[in-house]
This record gives sequence, C-alpha cells and structure tokens, in this order.
Amino acid sequence: MTNAGVYTAALMEHNSHPDYKYDLESFTHEHEGVNPSCGDEMVLKLRLAADGQTIEEAAFTGQGCAVSQASADIMAELITGESVEEAKRLSALFIAMIQGEELSQDDIDDLDEAYQLQSISRMPARVKCAELAWRTLDSMI
Amino acid sequence: MTGRKLQGEHMLTEAGRAEWMSRNAQASALAASPFKQDFPLLAARPDLAFLDSAATAQRPSVVLDAQKSFYETMNANALRGLYQLSFEATEAINASRAHVARFIGLKERSDVRDIVFCRNTSEALNLVAYSYAPTVLGPGDEVCITIMEHHSNLIPWQQACKRTGASLVYLYPNGDGIITEEELRAKIGPRTKIVSAIHVSNVLGVANDVKLMGSIAHEFGAIMIVDGAQSVPHFPIDVNDLGCDFFAFSGHKVFGPMGVGVLWGRHELLEAMPPFLTGGEMIDSVTEQGATWAPTPEKFEAGTQDAAGIYALDAALAYVESVGFEAMQARERALVAQCMRRLSALDFVRIIGPEDPDAHHGVVSFNVCTVHPHDVASILDMDGVAIRAGHHCAQPLLAHLGIDLCCRASFAFYNDSTDIDRLVDALKHVWQMFHGE
Repeated sequence: MTNAGVYTAALMEHNSHPDYKYDLESFTHEHEGVNPSCGDEMVLKLRLAADGQTIEEAAFTGQGCAVSQASADIMAELITGESVEEAKRLSALFIAMIQGEELSQDDIDDLDEAYQLQSISRMPARVKCAELAWRTLDSMI
Repeated sequence: MTGRKLQGEHMLTEAGRAEWMSRNAQASALAASPFKQDFPLLAARPDLAFLDSAATAQRPSVVLDAQKSFYETMNANALRGLYQLSFEATEAINASRAHVARFIGLKERSDVRDIVFCRNTSEALNLVAYSYAPTVLGPGDEVCITIMEHHSNLIPWQQACKRTGASLVYLYPNGDGIITEEELRAKIGPRTKIVSAIHVSNVLGVANDVKLMGSIAHEFGAIMIVDGAQSVPHFPIDVNDLGCDFFAFSGHKVFGPMGVGVLWGRHELLEAMPPFLTGGEMIDSVTEQGATWAPTPEKFEAGTQDAAGIYALDAALAYVESVGFEAMQARERALVAQCMRRLSALDFVRIIGPEDPDAHHGVVSFNVCTVHPHDVASILDMDGVAIRAGHHCAQPLLAHLGIDLCCRASFAFYNDSTDIDRLVDALKHVWQMFHGE
C-alpha cells in the first residue's frame, strides 16, 4: 500500500519546472477549477485554431499541491496539437484511470506520461488533486 | 570519561542536578515505548510511526478482546430479552454506563441515568442541537461558539440557528490562543441561550477555559455545552467541576471502539427534552396515533445499541485508569516538547499554535514552507509516518489563522522518540525532494 510510485522524478520535474504554467494571452477558452477542501485553484486557458477543432496552445496558472500542478502540466503537454475530440477522449480516459478502471494497453500508450499518476487511484484523498486540471478541461470543451 | 562526567555532575546545583536527572530519565523512557506492546496494530507494525491519534487512537488488546468476548459470551439484544443472555447484555451496558459516569467525575448512583450512549461526539452534539435547542431558540436569540470548533460542534449550531432564526456568534482567541474574559463578556449576554465550546482544539491543542465560559453563560441564564472529544483522552474530567450542562465525547479517541460516543446532560434538562431519534426501545407505550417516552437515558437511545462497543468502551476506560492520567500526561508532554524542539531546529518547518509545549495536549500542527500539506503527508506516508493534513474539520479556524491547510502530528502516551526521529527524517526527505537539487 505504499504510494512511492507517485512522486517520481518526472512528476517532481513537472511540478518544479512546469513548461505550460503561464498566462496565455491570446486564448479562446478559459475556465477556473477549484478544490475547496485542498485550496487548489487553477485557471486553464486554451487557444483553438480558427476552425475550432484543434487545440493550438494550452496553459494554466494557479496554485496547488505537486500532484495537481504536475498533472496540469502533463495534461497541457499531452493535449497541445490534439483535436478537441481527442482531448475529450483523453480526459475521459484519465478520469476513468483515476477512478480505478483498468485501461487497455493502447489507452495506456495514449495517456503517455499521464499514466504515471495511475497509483493515485488507490489514494482517495488525492484523487481530486490529480483530476482537477482534467475536470476543468472536460467542462470547457 | 565517566569519572569526568561525574565530577561535572557534582558541580551542578541541587536544582540543576534534579533537572539533569529528570531529563535523562525522561529521554530513556521516551526511547522505546513499553506501551506499544499493548496495542496489536502498533506491535505488528514496528516500522510505522502512528502520529494521528487525535483523529482516532489505536486500541489496546483488552478492548479488542472485550469486543470479541461480548459476541462470544453474552450476545443477545439488551433490554428486550426475557432470558439470561439478554440480562447479561443489559448488565454489560449498565456497567459500562456506570463506568462512564465515574470516569467523568459523577459520584451519585442516580447520575448513571444521565449518560446517553450514541455513536460519537457529532451525534451527541446533534442530539442537543435537535432536541434541546428548539426549546429555547427563536429569532433574536444567540448561540455562542468558538472559532476553534471542529465542524462537529459548528454545523449543528449553524443548522439550529437556520431552523430557529437565532444568530450564531463566534468567540475569537488572542495571539496566544486564549479566549479572554473580555472577549467572553463582549459576546455572551442576555440574548445568549446556548454557549458551546470545544474543550481542547484539535488543531492548536489549546484547552479552552470552559469553566469560565460556563459561569458567564449561567449569569445570563444560558446553558454550557462542552465538546470533550480531544480532552477526554488527555486529562481527567469532572463535569460538575467544569460546571457545564452537557458534555460529549467519542469512544474511539479514548482507545475505545469506533461506534460508541457519550452524551452527558443535566438530569432536569434531559428529562424536559423531547427525543432525538425515535423508534424501538425509546418508548413507554405506543398507540396507533401516539406514544409516550421511556425515561432517560433510554428515551435518547432508539434502536439496538452497539452493545459490544459499549462493553469494549468499559474496557478502554479501565485500561486508561490502569495506565493512569499522570503517567500518560508525563509521556505526552515530554513527547510534544521533544517534537516541538526537533521541528523548531528545521528551518523549513513552521509550528502553529502556542510556544508552550504543555499547552498543546498531544497536538503539534505545522507547515513545511512552500510544500502543500497533502504532499507532505503523502511523502511522510512513503516513509512510514502517518500524520493528518488538510483543514482538520476546522475550516473557519484555519481561515481565521490565515492558513488554508496544515499538517498535524498528534501524540498519545504510546508514542516514543523513535516516532519523532522518523517524523524528522521524513520531513528532511520532503524538503530534499522539493528543494534538494
């Protein structure tokens, strides 16, 4: 029942040096996500292409624990350049994974680095931290 | 080497020498707790530093054995059965009730009738908020609580005020965590009908002067309720000395089972109150359209009680008495002092609450600079250290203190300095993970 798997070097790197944590100025979509009981607050901004189908740029600002911050950074990296439809599919996959569902190898491959957060599913108190960015994304596209 | 040390010792003053010896005795007593052997979970997990006893304590084997033995030797529905086994179950409940009464300082035989068994402190306080509060509260009246309340003694009053149109008034502590008499006199007055306070804060560890609060409440004809969830495990209680009207606590924080709590109330108040939950065993007689109630405490104990838990609570109180509060307090105070000293030496840790370790009652809350408390707790868990992190069911208090969340290490007499060593090492690990390049 150890959670040693969560705080990997990769996760700590995303937390301490998030590439996608900045205020995106030319955004087309913006949404705020909060976990009141954790004090986590996040604003996620997206810039969609003119056709409204592709995520050209994704970035977030805010504060929270390492898990919520790293999860947001991993997500922004993953969805940048993807279609809105694919981003929706990925966020549904991620939330299913965090809720403890088994994923196929293809789905695991698609989630890429985000799959590292899989062990959060066994830590009920941290589920909301991992999900924050993804739920915010899900409610804005 | 030894000789030189002894010479140095001779040069100490009488008082200095006593202090030196007592410190050494304390240090060796704290090194390895002999009490962990009494607690099967702690004995089975020597690598675990369990520092969350304020959330729920561990249970000694005598309590676990009692719980099992109830089902093995006297299981029957108490009160109802007309056969020997049921009598024994009833006697077990009554004996526990009498023990609880003695444990909180009640001496008269008749006092036993004023002990109501319920599930926990929350349920006990809800009982008062639902049964007593509506008989005295209306628009313009006030309920006075402290900002330190656990949600279990806060939400019932928020709701009672909403239902009755009364107002909820807060008492705030000064910088030392003390609610002054001036503050009490500013907030408690003719409109006050109920004053309810947490005896020992589950976040700051400070003990409120509920005796003073009660005497001021009584000046204005209000009643005084004490939430004893965090005080009962740490020092002896005498409800008559406290001068309160209701006192609530949970069995699971005083080394007893999880499903049993206690409400004590002044007899005349309990007698005058309508029931809270209704149903089986709380009645005198029932017709198609009406019912009359059993006397207290049965009036407040609808349905089948957790008889095994009540029997095991009796064993838990006996265990506490066998260790003795004096010994428990001495260990807890030494542990808290050592913990605070060790944490103060870490420049990335900030301790929350009073500077005096004796004012902490087993609780040391803190934050690690720039690291979210949930990350701290998760990483400590990796290192086998169990603490609580979050808002500790006291969100208004943390908002008042200007912090969103914090970490809390809480001690019981069964902890030892090894647990503190593990905590300190794990905190260094947290810091290294976040800031060690």
